[in-house]
Amino acid sequence: MKALLESLAQAWGPSGYEHQIRALIQEKADSLAREIRVDTLGNLICRVGRGTGRRVMISAHMDEIGLMVSHIDREGFLRFTNIGAQMPNVLYSARVRFENGIVGVVGVENAYTERQKMPALPGFYIDVAGRSDEIRVGDVAGYFAPAVADEHGLISKGLDDRSGCAVLLSAMEALQDSEHDLYFVFTVQEEVGSRGAMTAAYAIQPEFALAVDVAPTGDTPKGPQNALKLGAGVAVKIKDVRHIAPPEIKNHLIQTAEKYNIPYQREVLTFGTTEASTIQLTQSGVPSGVLSIPCRHIHSPSEMVRWDDLETVRDLLVASLTEDLSGILR
Amino acid sequence: MLLKELSEAIGVSGAEGQVRDLIMNAIEGHVDEMRIDTMGNLIALKRGTGASPLRGLLAAHMDEVGFIVTGHESNGLLSVEAVGGIDAKILPALRIVVDDKKRQPGHFVWKPIHFGGGQEIVSLSNMQVDIGTTSKDSAASAAPLGSRLAFDSQYIHLSDDVVRGKALDDRVGCAELIELCLGDPLPFDLYACFTVQEEVGLRGASVLVESIQPDFAIALEATACHEVPQDDDLPDQTTVTKLGQGAVMSLMDRTSIAHPRLLHHFIEVAEREGIPHQFRSPQFAGGTDAGILHKSGAGVPAITVSVPCRYLHGPHCMVSLQDIEAVLRLLRTALPEITQEGLTR
Repeated sequence: MKALLESLAQAWGPSGYEHQIRALIQEKADSLAREIRVDTLGNLICRVGRGTGRRVMISAHMDEIGLMVSHIDREGFLRFTNIGAQMPNVLYSARVRFENGIVGVVGVENAYTERQKMPALPGFYIDVAGRSDEIRVGDVAGYFAPAVADEHGLISKGLDDRSGCAVLLSAMEALQDSEHDLYFVFTVQEEVGSRGAMTAAYAIQPEFALAVDVAPTGDTPKGPQNALKLGAGVAVKIKDVRHIAPPEIKNHLIQTAEKYNIPYQREVLTFGTTEASTIQLTQSGVPSGVLSIPCRHIHSPSEMVRWDDLETVRDLLVASLTEDLSGILR
Repeated sequence: MLLKELSEAIGVSGAEGQVRDLIMNAIEGHVDEMRIDTMGNLIALKRGTGASPLRGLLAAHMDEVGFIVTGHESNGLLSVEAVGGIDAKILPALRIVVDDKKRQPGHFVWKPIHFGGGQEIVSLSNMQVDIGTTSKDSAASAAPLGSRLAFDSQYIHLSDDVVRGKALDDRVGCAELIELCLGDPLPFDLYACFTVQEEVGLRGASVLVESIQPDFAIALEATACHEVPQDDDLPDQTTVTKLGQGAVMSLMDRTSIAHPRLLHHFIEVAEREGIPHQFRSPQFAGGTDAGILHKSGAGVPAITVSVPCRYLHGPHCMVSLQDIEAVLRLLRTALPEITQEGLTR
């Protein structure tokens, strides 16, 4: 998964404009799925397994947060709006890349004179150093920050949720001979409200679903108040602000982790959510759980994950779909 | 175009009957089927020539923002709640009309200057409506609980091109959709949907896709236009859109990201045909019916095409008739050229 994740994380693909990352994933998924299709909103849906058991949807989102140019001023500075949640304190001096390859720097009004104050988004602009005639209103950019890997883990933009995508591809490989009808969905537009996952689930009508996404760890100084730690293994989601994992799914995941000695953590988040929140409400309801990848500095150009955590997520995903699924539904 | 009658009809969210009746009368005989669904949406089918197998859903919302009566004071004033987003700062002295047979006029209270000028914070909770009644009972019989109040504005021409009236958001969309219904059949089956309750959360539109199963959807709207004076010493500031600069294409707003290929098709046609057009700056944009349509069911390719409108959600919306013409020209040329292939990702 290591080399794969670096290339996935570095690919360009803000919400609504996922074609480049999708092409990259499709290249890898082609030999692993018996059916592949791209739906109306752009979700990449890969069918795996012999199809005689349960129908399950497993998802990870391809899109990353970004910026959209809203106005180009007379001097050529680009004003923008956010695609997905952007934190002002992370934006100043960030490098962002447009689809045509142009890299800009996010600047802020009064950068030097009022150093302590960070304005809201309207106080920022993208500086493309005179190349603004190559940019149009509506053009979209994602963070541009090189990946740095060592033997422990990876720092890169886009680990939310290209790490999930890498886990899915790795799991697809291991589950080729599954008896079940497994739909691995690389979704679009999660960062703007989990829109792709919802419509994909509507069409697939799975019996239950598992989403794989990053979760913020609580192990940094004065960090979020949660129990997650980098390096402590796959996080089994119990609850977040828009989703309560059904006990049957949560218990199945925990029991499977314990059976196979997969290090795991119990996750309760007080902010943020995942695609499970919209998947669970489609059609007549789909029981949905989440396996989370512990991650630090989410929604910055320097997200951070550990290789061993990624492997435990993949291992638990594969094991949980190989175990007897009869207890997983009410 | 029926814009004057549409603007002056009253249809606060949840009570759109008057506007719906007006529209039904206008399109009767020009469409093949009409029905009103459970929510109150008016759905009209204008069958296509058969040249295209597609089903197109075009949506314009019938409802306008307004107020609803929630109580009667002992001094005869009405307590109200806003229906849809209304800035409390426009309330003092605002003229309203009660949505009933006699269209009782009234206005929001304000404190004359003799009483020390306005230092207090204006909010809906301390702004009541005076319809001239002087007791709780007479107020209750003149405007019972749940009565809707609309802005009291006449539709007028400020110039040959610029008109002003209430509720142009989204009666301009309704007027455009009526024009399409009155025109020649398109290559595809047109489901003209006049929706309800857009202003309170895109509610009417949320039930459309399941029954219609469209191949694409387009919301026709009026969108914000706030042309602040430009300071010559500063680089120019964004205005969202500009009156008179043509049909507005939405790139992204709070509720949706435009389907790139469908959007691109409309932009290409506009450029090819020389139709004035502009983009809606995503920074301050609200939401439209496309916001729910695109993610309904298994997903629908959707975009929003709008007319710039100054002073939205107030009594004096202003639009340019030329901009409406630009939208109609764009629709008439771009719609027939939509193909299944052009709707893929």
